Amino acid sequence: MIRGVIVMNDRGKPRLVKFYEFQPAEKQQELIRSIYRVLCSRAENVSNFVKVDSLFGQDVRLVYKTFATLYFVFIFDSSENELAMLDLMQVFVETLDKVFSNVCELDVVFNFNKVHTILEEFILGGQVLETNSSEVVKTVEEILKMERAANSIKVVPSIPGWQGR
Amino acid sequence: MGHFRKEYKRLVSESVNALELRYRPETMNKDTDKATKVQNYKLMNKLQRMNQEASLNCWSYHQNSESSKAKNLARSFVELEDSTGSIAGRMIGDTIEMFLHRSAKRLVDITSSVLTYNIGHYEKGTYAGFGQRSYPQLSYVKDGFLDLVELSRSFKTDPIMNPFSSGTRLRDMIRAIRACKTAAEERAVVRKECAAIRAAISENDQDYRHRNLAKLMFIHMLGYPTHFGQMECLKLIASPGFPEKRIGYLGLMLLLDERQEVLMLVTNSIKQDLSHTNQYIVGLALCALGNICSAEMARDLAPEVERLLQFRDPNIRKKAALCSIRIIKKVPDLAENFITPAASLLKEKHHGVLLTGVQLCTDLCKVSTEALEYFRKKCTDGLVKVLKDVANSPYAPEYDVSGITDPFLHIRLLKLLRVLGQGDADASDSMNDILAQVATKTESNKNAGNAILYECVSTIMTIEENGGLRVLAVNILGRFLSSRDNNIRYVALNMLMKAITLDSQAVQRHRATILECVKDSDASIRKRALELVYLLVNESNVKSLTKELIDYLEISDPEFKGDLTAKICSIVEKFSPEKIWYIDQMLKVLPQAGNYVKDEVWHALIVVITNASDLHGYTVRSLYRALQTEGEQETLVRVAVWCIGEYGEMLVGNAGMLNQEDPITVTESDAVDVVETAIRRHSSDLTTRSMCLIALLKLSSRFPSCSQRINDIVIHYKESLVLELQQRAIEFNSIIEKHQNIRSALVERMPVLDEATYSGRRSGSVPAAVSTSQGAPLNLPNGVAKPTSAPLVDLLDLSSDDGPALSSSGGDFLQDLLGVDLSPASTQPGGNQAQKSGTDVLLDLLSIGTPPAQSSPSMADMLSPVEDNKSSVDILDKLGSPSGPPAQASPPVGSSPMMDLLDGFGPISSAPVAENNGPTYPALVAFESSSLRVTFNFSKQPGNPQTTLVEAQFVNKSPNAYSNFIFQAAVPKFLQLHLDPASSNTLPASGNGSITQKLRLTNSQHGKKSLVMRIRIGYKINDKDVLEEGQVNNFPRDL
Repeated sequence: MIRGVIVMNDRGKPRLVKFYEFQPAEKQQELIRSIYRVLCSRAENVSNFVKVDSLFGQDVRLVYKTFATLYFVFIFDSSENELAMLDLMQVFVETLDKVFSNVCELDVVFNFNKVHTILEEFILGGQVLETNSSEVVKTVEEILKMERAANSIKVVPSIPGWQGR
Repeated sequence: MGHFRKEYKRLVSESVNALELRYRPETMNKDTDKATKVQNYKLMNKLQRMNQEASLNCWSYHQNSESSKAKNLARSFVELEDSTGSIAGRMIGDTIEMFLHRSAKRLVDITSSVLTYNIGHYEKGTYAGFGQRSYPQLSYVKDGFLDLVELSRSFKTDPIMNPFSSGTRLRDMIRAIRACKTAAEERAVVRKECAAIRAAISENDQDYRHRNLAKLMFIHMLGYPTHFGQMECLKLIASPGFPEKRIGYLGLMLLLDERQEVLMLVTNSIKQDLSHTNQYIVGLALCALGNICSAEMARDLAPEVERLLQFRDPNIRKKAALCSIRIIKKVPDLAENFITPAASLLKEKHHGVLLTGVQLCTDLCKVSTEALEYFRKKCTDGLVKVLKDVANSPYAPEYDVSGITDPFLHIRLLKLLRVLGQGDADASDSMNDILAQVATKTESNKNAGNAILYECVSTIMTIEENGGLRVLAVNILGRFLSSRDNNIRYVALNMLMKAITLDSQAVQRHRATILECVKDSDASIRKRALELVYLLVNESNVKSLTKELIDYLEISDPEFKGDLTAKICSIVEKFSPEKIWYIDQMLKVLPQAGNYVKDEVWHALIVVITNASDLHGYTVRSLYRALQTEGEQETLVRVAVWCIGEYGEMLVGNAGMLNQEDPITVTESDAVDVVETAIRRHSSDLTTRSMCLIALLKLSSRFPSCSQRINDIVIHYKESLVLELQQRAIEFNSIIEKHQNIRSALVERMPVLDEATYSGRRSGSVPAAVSTSQGAPLNLPNGVAKPTSAPLVDLLDLSSDDGPALSSSGGDFLQDLLGVDLSPASTQPGGNQAQKSGTDVLLDLLSIGTPPAQSSPSMADMLSPVEDNKSSVDILDKLGSPSGPPAQASPPVGSSPMMDLLDGFGPISSAPVAENNGPTYPALVAFESSSLRVTFNFSKQPGNPQTTLVEAQFVNKSPNAYSNFIFQAAVPKFLQLHLDPASSNTLPASGNGSITQKLRLTNSQHGKKSLVMRIRIGYKINDKDVLEEGQVNNFPRDL
């Protein structure tokens, strides 16, 4: 089972945090900080797997990968295949890239809930839901279309609010 | 329409012209009066509003011409330095954003020109010191820039509008938070936002509820409390629109958890959404349920989910399958309802559904044996066929991951087969062929292919025995090990670790490759490989493996040397076929990594050396040679010094030559040179120097010709600032100078140390014998130096004591000596502690059995031994002369204690054995003041070494009786203390009686830490309260 997905930047700021088992908010922050400490102390040219038993309990490990300024971290237990997790992360990032066309940190920052929607199409309840990037893109686009349809109805009432700041 | 258009155009051009006229950059200056600025701001605002309306009406083609003016205007505002400027800066952002939202085409020119300008302006401003004065303005420009970059990206792909920015204010908030320079600023921004959101919540604001919740999710991610927004999730979920529901469900998953009662309230909404006509809403509900469902919800909603497993749309079916996993995990009883629908999912053609269906079956097998049996019987063949189809399927680009078709499905299928095959020979048998095919045919040059192979290996290892397949599997792992990819090597080592328990023969074949991994550049791989090598060692390969490891030791990274040394030492000790090999290997390790060798390792080495009587000469000569080339490895120096002290004459005399040995010529003075170098060596620590002094003392007797020289070296240390060295030097000096006749007996060679006792003690203190590297401190010097030095110290102490001790009867003599040492313990707490720190080993060397609590009087005496120890010299002479060869003729009464002492070699050296059986401990004066003395008597319950029973005895030294006497004690966490009631609470005066109280101490770190206790004693003298406090840290060590 996948225990969590974290995206953070190279200074330790969380950009996307999703745990598939309940963690209280303070604990989440603590975990993010500890993981960041582990990651920034890793040398280059070492394997992408880290054992994190001390943080999550028996046999839990994480796989991380750096994309530009972002660390992508998947935390999972022994029932998952480490190498497959690495692939899944690759597919996830490729999908972000398709949806945002050349994704960068700012896309993730400002559209975190869109990223959540994409992640929901990949992982549900800690299990892999879909691994086909174009299938996910298709679904996400459908969702965007629906949002858009709903938004266009409400565009006019939203203007006064925009002005009033 | 036409009218509005014309009107708009007129207004725009008019206002823009007017503004430009007045505010062309060159006419702008600081003293422009405020009113004008405000007016301009209003105009600007108006213009902006018009733009807004215009864009709203999709008149974007107009903006092309007008925008450049707006842009110029904005630019001129940016040049202002006060608040108007900052507003203008913000306006640029807003205006542009506005355009962007409506027209993607606008974006290209406006971003490029305005941004180029802004950046230039920003930099110029900063360089000119402009930044400091008009910081808000610039930060807006900067922020606007970042925002635009981000916007421009989303609009390139999504030209009409960004559906996710359902309002600008989420973006605004994120921008504001990003602009914060300090955590305090950030907190302030978040606090303000939260206050606004709370206000909106209490006003029951409908329009911005989902925007507010989205903001809360961002705030939550940053780690701020957001509980007040939880009910908003429910309201959003209950609302009809899709965007609201989407945010509502997202908030439900991020902000809430299954422990909250709120979940009860949401169950009904989810139930309705599961039957919604819009399948995306059904998808949202399933996703939320799959992430947060509680046991109650699982029971309530399981039928709905079960129904959805047959839904027409595959996206829903796969979500329902994963949702079912969550349900059966929460309520395993429900598993049986899902078995049949799950089995039918295995016939799916859609990869996504098949993937989740297989996953559901795997989890069903985990929670229900019924399911396991069912799938094993009905589905194994089907699954094998599915896997065969997937493995042989032609290239399918949509599921391709770097050239491999759907590795995830492969992996899930292999995992389910593993579950089915484990413990069932028939099922295992039916999958052999396909496993062999996957193992041989899968390409291994890509990560995806290796992931499949890795899973396949894991399955082969788990299912029922098939020798051929296992060899194949281990060979795949062997191939992984030579891969260039660190990840692959890492997982291979992990898997080999598991494989070794199944088929160590097969793993042994890859020993060479694994050994190569010990030398890897990646530290985590090295560590894994070393652990694996450690598991691979057996009697037959120990020699070659050790050689490899020791060869590598020389060139390994310093940070890896510690681990490597520990493992080598442990291997050598565990598997050594013969003593000479053991000694040889250790003699190779010590010069290379002596500083990393743990104490217990070199202690063990010394035990082995003493036992190998035919190798004494060889060992001491090898150590001598090693020391000539490498003098900086602490443990090498220690072992060498110890051996030279013991076997010095064999070094000089080339005694006990082995065939393969080259003879060397060492003179007596060469041997002393080595020890002298060691003691003078700058980096030698106290233990080493103490050992050197003992070695010198021993050599002084072995090499009479060097006696004078040795004495000079020893004398040098009489002035040492380190108390321990000084004391030794003084004592040894007096032995060398004054007690020639007993010296040779005193410094006789050490008796052979009992290996069995040693290893017994050791395993007693180390729970897992394997983890020798972190064994408890078991101080061998205890056994080593005790016999020699203990009587010496006692003797010399004796010399500085006066009559009463001597006159006590012979049998108690030794006891008394020890008692003398102990009693003044607390009179010199400072010195006591100073010595205690870092001298544990030394304590053992001195081996009094308790910390060296030197009383000040005896110290003083020792410092001036010559003058006033005449009596003791007499005694020694008297004692010494008849007992030249100790304990032969029946000695005179007065000398019997001395005899005992000298005889004590034997009994004391076997002290460890005695301690194990039923140790006795001397009584201890735990606390003493002018008015009170506290004595502790110790006893142990047999078979319970952790617990010590202490009987405390309190004696009143003052002439007044004490009433309301209370004794309190505190201990550190690793100890447990139980106090029994005291025998009384009044203490008669002048020692005419005492109070006793029993304490029970349990030491959870027995063998690692000694007892320590803080005590407080309160009583009343003539109705006046008195409080005394103290710390007891001179408990006997092994308690």
